[in-house]
Amino acid sequence: MHKFTLAVLVENKFGVLARVSGLFSARGFNIDSLAVAETEDPTMSRITMVVDADERILEQIKKQLNKLVDVVKVIDLTEKDCIDRELVLIKVKLDPRTRDKVIQTADSLAAKVIDIGRETLTIEEVGDTKKINATLELLRPFGIIEIVRTGRIAIQADGK
Amino acid sequence: MKITGAEILLESLKREKVRVIFGYPGGNVLPFFDKLYDVKEPRFILTRHEQGAAHAADGYARATGEAGVCVATSGPGATNLVTGIATAYMDSIPMIAITGQVKTFVIGNDAFQEADVTGITRSISKHNFLVKDVRELANTVKEAFHIACTGRPGPVVIDLPVDVQQASCEFRYPKTVDLRSYKPVLEGHKGQIKRIAKAIESSKKPVLYVGGGVIISGASHELIELVKKTHIPVTTTLMAMGAFPGTDRFYLGMLGMHGTVYANHAIQEADLIIAVGARFDDRVTGKLDEFAPHAKIAHIDIDPSSVSKNVTVDIPCIGDAKNVLQELNKTVKKRPDIDSWLKKIDDWRKKAPLQYKNDDKLRPQYVIEEIYKATKGEAVITTEVGQNQMWAAQYYNYDKPRTFLTSGGLGTMGYGFPAAIGAKVGRPDKVVFDIAGDGSIQMNIQELATSVLNKINVKIAVLNNCYLGMVRQWQQLFYNRRYSHTYMNTCNCPDLVKVAESYGACGIRVTDKKDVRNAIERAIKEDNTVLIDFRVEEEENVMPMVPAGEAINRMIGGMA
Repeated sequence: MHKFTLAVLVENKFGVLARVSGLFSARGFNIDSLAVAETEDPTMSRITMVVDADERILEQIKKQLNKLVDVVKVIDLTEKDCIDRELVLIKVKLDPRTRDKVIQTADSLAAKVIDIGRETLTIEEVGDTKKINATLELLRPFGIIEIVRTGRIAIQADGK
Repeated sequence: MKITGAEILLESLKREKVRVIFGYPGGNVLPFFDKLYDVKEPRFILTRHEQGAAHAADGYARATGEAGVCVATSGPGATNLVTGIATAYMDSIPMIAITGQVKTFVIGNDAFQEADVTGITRSISKHNFLVKDVRELANTVKEAFHIACTGRPGPVVIDLPVDVQQASCEFRYPKTVDLRSYKPVLEGHKGQIKRIAKAIESSKKPVLYVGGGVIISGASHELIELVKKTHIPVTTTLMAMGAFPGTDRFYLGMLGMHGTVYANHAIQEADLIIAVGARFDDRVTGKLDEFAPHAKIAHIDIDPSSVSKNVTVDIPCIGDAKNVLQELNKTVKKRPDIDSWLKKIDDWRKKAPLQYKNDDKLRPQYVIEEIYKATKGEAVITTEVGQNQMWAAQYYNYDKPRTFLTSGGLGTMGYGFPAAIGAKVGRPDKVVFDIAGDGSIQMNIQELATSVLNKINVKIAVLNNCYLGMVRQWQQLFYNRRYSHTYMNTCNCPDLVKVAESYGACGIRVTDKKDVRNAIERAIKEDNTVLIDFRVEEEENVMPMVPAGEAINRMIGGMA
């Protein structure tokens, strides 16, 4: 098993997501993350998904995806030179003794503090999966109450 | 002028030149049925079960090459179509299934006779539509037919809420369809075709492995041309019986689990396999790692997802079989040097021909051979699933495409009889025989009413061995003769002759070998639907046989 990132361009219609996800569920594969939204062309949506799959079976799934009438294009970004991002909101326990340290840590990561309440503080971080995971590790000692992630989105890189 | 959704549907079907609809009414499809009340064209045929309607539409499609159309109401009507839709899907049959649906504003509320039809049929149809706005209906029908009939064909479901059938709008039927996300590749890549031609020219032991795609694309002529030119022997899958003349000297019969010994040995020794419109199904390949160990594999198919799915392909060529074979015929310049290969295959053929014990007992294989002789090989044969299906494939020579209709992929018992009805509607000039087992025929026996009342005269040959024969065969061979729940006792219940007669059909019982030919000839002459109850040997087996999971040259009943 191996992690793959796929971008699937589809018709922006009801039912399409179920067709796409059905190809994975029918084979007993879990989708790790999924992000769907309209593209520059509002009649088209882009589904970015990260899946854990066997390579041979993924090959078949990609062909089956291409076969779906509502799928315009399938791009496997796994091996490609691409930029990927994820946004995470992290709610951390607030404690007078650690308050400054939490804010300092966020600053050092260039993460934003977007809400400070009486008992919690919420941090927003954008980055690739590695960076997000590092952030979570640094904040974990302060006590994480809730994590909300968007799932990965990715675009092919052009420059370098 | 504004017309209703029901009228738009009917008008659209006429524009698609639909000649016949098979179906069954119900509450949520009433507006459409009300419109059908007044029309002669398309002809409507009322079946006795929705599954019968789906299989009949499928049989019609297979026999004619046109899309078959069936219609049912919401909920249970639609779920009764499901087996028929899945059957058509597995065998790439163009079909339009129209289902009524509850009113748009109660969808999802567990309304009376509601089922999530697009959800249920998602993985068993090529595509499906839920039409929520009457203004989309005409376009949807156009797209549905386009999708069902092009590329690798398949069933398309149109789920139509009752309030959409009642709503009205202006009717404009689109002339063309353009779907940016659906563009089947039809022309094969020239470079790949050249590579296949080169491989053919330098091969020593080539075999053509032909599947249903050749029938679908109408490529029989091109295939025959290629064989004339190259003398490459041909084996066909169950789905491709008739794609190449069964009486041709280069024909090896079917391959795979119940294929001929010589076809399977040819595959296993081949140095080149040219697969055309076939998909390397497990019933064909047997043990995958040992399939065709010495062969380079070329694969011509319209569906990229069929290529290298089970077997790694060396020369893939995506395209329509007819186009690709036409081009290949132009590209192949010289006949490969294969005389000794052909001789070797002929030796196998002599050593291990397809055979059964032809004694004075009434054996099912004999019945098929007699049907072949009596119909001069010109009938349309449909089958149920199991032993009857395999014997029908083995002992009748199919010379023309679209004359052997069988549920190959899904293996649906109960398919053959309604499919025969559909085939007869599509090809009234043909004698249509359903070769059935005593188990399968009881799965859609109610369609005797459809056949008798509509004067759709089909002939049913029940190979009655009182068992679910194929399952019993497996129990005998692999489960120590423990015949768990496979004894049907059809010799006692029901009396199939009386069943036929009670529907107004003609019933004939044959218990003696010498009466077989007479019964068949009488059935053909009879201007009625006829069921012949052949009381055949109870424990006859389909041979030869590759045990599941074995390499295909290790056959029970094969060469020593």
